[in-house]
Amino acid sequence: MKFQNRRMAAVAALTLVAGLGLSACGSDSEGGGGSDGEASITLLPKNLGNPYFDASRTGAQNAAEEFGGAVEEVGPETATPDSQVSFINTAAQQGVDSLVVSANDPTAICDALTEASDAGVGVVTFDSDTDAECRDVFVSQADAQGIATKQVELIADQIGGKGKIAILSAAANATNQNAWIELMEQDLADNYPDIELVDTVYGDDDDQKSFDETEALLQRHSDLAGIVSPTTVGIAAAARYLSSSQYQGKVALTGLGTPNQMRPYIEDGTVTAFALWNPQDLGYLAAYTANALAAGDISGEEGDTFTAGDLGEYTVGEDGVVLLGDPFVFDESNIDDFDF
Amino acid sequence: MTETIEHAVDERTYAAWSRPLWWRVVMTREFAMIALLGIVYAWATGNVDNFDNPLTLYYLFLDVAPILMIALPMTLVIITGGIDLSVASVMGLSSVLLGIFHVDLGMSLPVAALFAIAAGVLCGCFNGFLVGYVGLPPLAVTIGSLALFRGIAVGLLGTEAITDFPDRWSDLARERIVEGSSYPVVLAPIVVLIVAFALLLHYSPFGRGIYEIGLNEQAARFSGVDVQRTKLILYALSGAVAAFAGIYYTLRYGSARGDNAEYLELQIVAAVLLGGVSIFGGRGALHGVIAGVLLIGVLQSALRLESVSSNVINIVIGVLLVLSVISTSFLSWVSGLRATRRRSPAGAARPDGSPGDRGPTNPAG
Repeated sequence: MKFQNRRMAAVAALTLVAGLGLSACGSDSEGGGGSDGEASITLLPKNLGNPYFDASRTGAQNAAEEFGGAVEEVGPETATPDSQVSFINTAAQQGVDSLVVSANDPTAICDALTEASDAGVGVVTFDSDTDAECRDVFVSQADAQGIATKQVELIADQIGGKGKIAILSAAANATNQNAWIELMEQDLADNYPDIELVDTVYGDDDDQKSFDETEALLQRHSDLAGIVSPTTVGIAAAARYLSSSQYQGKVALTGLGTPNQMRPYIEDGTVTAFALWNPQDLGYLAAYTANALAAGDISGEEGDTFTAGDLGEYTVGEDGVVLLGDPFVFDESNIDDFDF
Repeated sequence: MTETIEHAVDERTYAAWSRPLWWRVVMTREFAMIALLGIVYAWATGNVDNFDNPLTLYYLFLDVAPILMIALPMTLVIITGGIDLSVASVMGLSSVLLGIFHVDLGMSLPVAALFAIAAGVLCGCFNGFLVGYVGLPPLAVTIGSLALFRGIAVGLLGTEAITDFPDRWSDLARERIVEGSSYPVVLAPIVVLIVAFALLLHYSPFGRGIYEIGLNEQAARFSGVDVQRTKLILYALSGAVAAFAGIYYTLRYGSARGDNAEYLELQIVAAVLLGGVSIFGGRGALHGVIAGVLLIGVLQSALRLESVSSNVINIVIGVLLVLSVISTSFLSWVSGLRATRRRSPAGAARPDGSPGDRGPTNPAG
């Protein structure tokens, strides 16, 4: 018993010494994260392991190399607002120069962003915005008008400027989809007198339902010339239906899709061109915006201008929005350059 | 009958009975946890950049607040040999109900919160009734209600979020007790809960009954403990506190969602076990649990500041948990061996014949 007592005491003493030693050797650490000349930027996507955001990160890192800053990507595994808050808090603790975030909820992360801002962090949202008062600048991938115009242009090209078309949308009450459809209708009426929009159907962003709706659409309108699907789930399902049907190559299909989903249908000729923004450019622009904000070149006021490397000059618009530009068109010539 | 219970008291404690008080305190699992917390905190302060930022402690408290609250009743439940895996689902449900009562039905926020807590108590009573009175296994019951309550929460609100909460209340969830300090207001109800649960568990006959149930339910019943009612009360308390934590969570993040706090139950159970509570029941103390929760919080905060990705943080906490469980089993195995050796001539190492060991003391049994 005596012996065991002593051994226990020795272990306790060792633990204490180790503890003291550990805390002592830490005293030479540096404080402060940023403010050493180079802009430190934290990139916070909706979630990690998402090819779309991997592409944005590549763009942001390319930008940081050009302007001599450091981009660090952090993020949750699941795309929920509560999981983003702890990363925003950490950025505030670290005192990074700027935080670039794609919001999982427009209001839920606001308080955390405001606190980060109070701690001196410049706040940029990209891809998915928060309420305008919660951030300094929003880097928008595309505006509704640009998306609508580009899609009408693509389908008109593909069907030779005349014929019947239909729209395969997501949910009937999806705000952004409905805004685009309205603008497309307007554009068609104004500029394409020979194109007739005969039907709009809703696939609810459900793969099976979108597939079935495509089939029904082609049964109802035997002389349909083209389909526009401004949703990534819809366009992929419609392409799958067309590629295995008699309509392949006869009915045109375009809309908003991702290169990885659409690659096989570009290769087999079902689809010739579709649009989306380029997430790599989006990340690149967001990093340049964050850098300009950190350097004090812009404050998020309307009319502020800055240069974003290869992409050129940008102006901050109404409500602190910076617009990337027109949607990017993917076709046979460039689709293999993308992986998302 | 009380004699029987005393025999089942952890044998290391029993063996140390003759030693001085300070030794008995220092050589406990709980003290080891507090010491480890101190070491990790000291290490982080010295070695992690920005850990000494006043914001660090503030965010740490905000983050661990719901875990700390729910860990208190969870400790009591686990000491009885039970478990409540439905707590995070109750948080989600109370969050959704708060949103619906307040925004859709126009109740003032405190009234809506009371109704949400009442719903949490109902959820807890549901669990407690099935476990206590019907006698179903707690793990099975609460896995079922985990899915059930989460299903109701998501069903009520879908994938939408309610975010119009009055600023006054959502600010309160993040306010500091003193302007500029690291201590958020939410610490006040937590301290009240800690005191209440400590009195209940460590200084009341009801608390003694909880340990007795965990050590030997049959014996507890014979010695006059109302096992069924005790379990019902504990699960109801667990539901009530989970609902309160759900309200805090909702206001802190300003968003009522069906999937709020998903998987948080695992962190809560991990913290409780890390704090030295035996998953087999009968052993554990609140101060160890509080240290366990804070240790997870400090580790998460420090590793995040070091830009360690969240899945690696999960790995670190998982390894820590497994090591702590192994060390507990090992220690009780060692002390069991000693106890057996010491008492073997009498051949009565376990006079009560209870299976109260927490390690492979008796491989044949």
